[in-house]
Amino acid sequence: MDFRIFVTPVPTGETTYLGWLLVGLRNTVALSLAAWVLALALGTVLGILRTVPGRGLRALAGAYVEIFRNVPLLVQLFIWYFVVPEIVPGGHRFKQIDPFAQQFLASAACLGLFTAARVCEQVRAGIESLPPGQRNAGLALGLTLPQTYRYVLLPMAARLIVPPLTSETLNVFKNSAVCSTIGLLELTAQGRQLVDYTAHAYESFLAVTVLYLVVNAAIQLLMRAVESRARVPGYLGSRK
Amino acid sequence: MTMYEFDWSSIPGALPFLWQGMKVSLAITAIAVVAGIGWGTVLAVMRLSPARPVSLFAAAYVSLFRSVPLVMVLLWFFLIVPSLLRDVLGLSHATDLRLASAMVAFALFEAAYYSEIMRAGIQSVPKGQRFAALALGMTPLQAMWHVVLPQAFRNMVPLLLTQAIILFQDTSLVYVSALADFFGAAYKVGDRDGRLVEMLLFAGAAYFVLCSAASWAVRLLRRRVLA
Repeated sequence: MDFRIFVTPVPTGETTYLGWLLVGLRNTVALSLAAWVLALALGTVLGILRTVPGRGLRALAGAYVEIFRNVPLLVQLFIWYFVVPEIVPGGHRFKQIDPFAQQFLASAACLGLFTAARVCEQVRAGIESLPPGQRNAGLALGLTLPQTYRYVLLPMAARLIVPPLTSETLNVFKNSAVCSTIGLLELTAQGRQLVDYTAHAYESFLAVTVLYLVVNAAIQLLMRAVESRARVPGYLGSRK
Repeated sequence: MTMYEFDWSSIPGALPFLWQGMKVSLAITAIAVVAGIGWGTVLAVMRLSPARPVSLFAAAYVSLFRSVPLVMVLLWFFLIVPSLLRDVLGLSHATDLRLASAMVAFALFEAAYYSEIMRAGIQSVPKGQRFAALALGMTPLQAMWHVVLPQAFRNMVPLLLTQAIILFQDTSLVYVSALADFFGAAYKVGDRDGRLVEMLLFAGAAYFVLCSAASWAVRLLRRRVLA
């Protein structure tokens, strides 16, 4: 083991190998955040659609979940990166932008849409776990269906599904490592590049693994704080 | 603007090669499911053990593997396992150990996930079952093996199978070692023939058909187990 490699300058000289890892970490965090925002927004809409009375909308959201859950993430990523720009009209313009932007956009779209299917199921479970009386009471008070969702069902469901969303947050972050396969220089890819350049495989992988563990612990701490604020008094897991 | 012209003609000739790849994917899945459930069950029992070092070890193992991306775990194992096995078994450098490495990696990684399922399963068995077994004179391990685990396993079969479907999808990540599993084979053919678009869509469709059929079967089974 020789950890001095991390303070050694890279061949181009503008930074050290540790600098490379930190750039990778930054890209991993940026990618995870972008994908997570997309997944939360789309997943919430889909989850609501899975609980509305209209059959067509329910089936549409159900089909989305079925497709995105039954194709491996790696295959989805390759389809977004290699297939979609070829077959979608105007895709040639995508191939003219900066390579890093191409990789980042394809990765964020892929990871976001993949995770949306999982968020959708959590949102649906949250809404379905509420007693049917809540929906009926809202409607009986004269609220429209969208108002019932907005003021009665969603505020409650949102607080109930925070714990499962914690594990989805961690999943987005861990799944982002898959995006190293299309050449996106996130944390795992930078680790592999370090192995190629320094031939210090153990040190490089150890550093990358530790960085993943640190971010993982940070997300858990953050989400625990969110969880304790979101707890509903009187429900399981609440101390009040 | 020109539309993309699909050409599916390289698929029929590639089917035998793709089937070879599918056998690799299925072999990794089968080994990892069996070994993962076995080791995962041991971890779950250790986790619930009153001996603190034992339960701490199991907790640390599970939390470590669940905190690191699978891709990273695979890279570690492709780095370490080949040299380790060569030293222990005295193999030559020409032996391809990527398949063995993948199997070990998936088994050890999935065991962390299976152990959480089995732990929930063990905790779902009413306490009276264990007390009755102990009152009959069984040792705690006998009570676990003959009374608690069979019921825990039965309750958790649907979840264990769902995890197996996820595992099957995850085996595509052996791509990082250029091992030709089903996805790797499809990618190689597509790259060789300049038909990546068609081969990737074909691979996606194949995974979709297999996994949604399997999920549907698990749903049927779940209904029967609950009934």
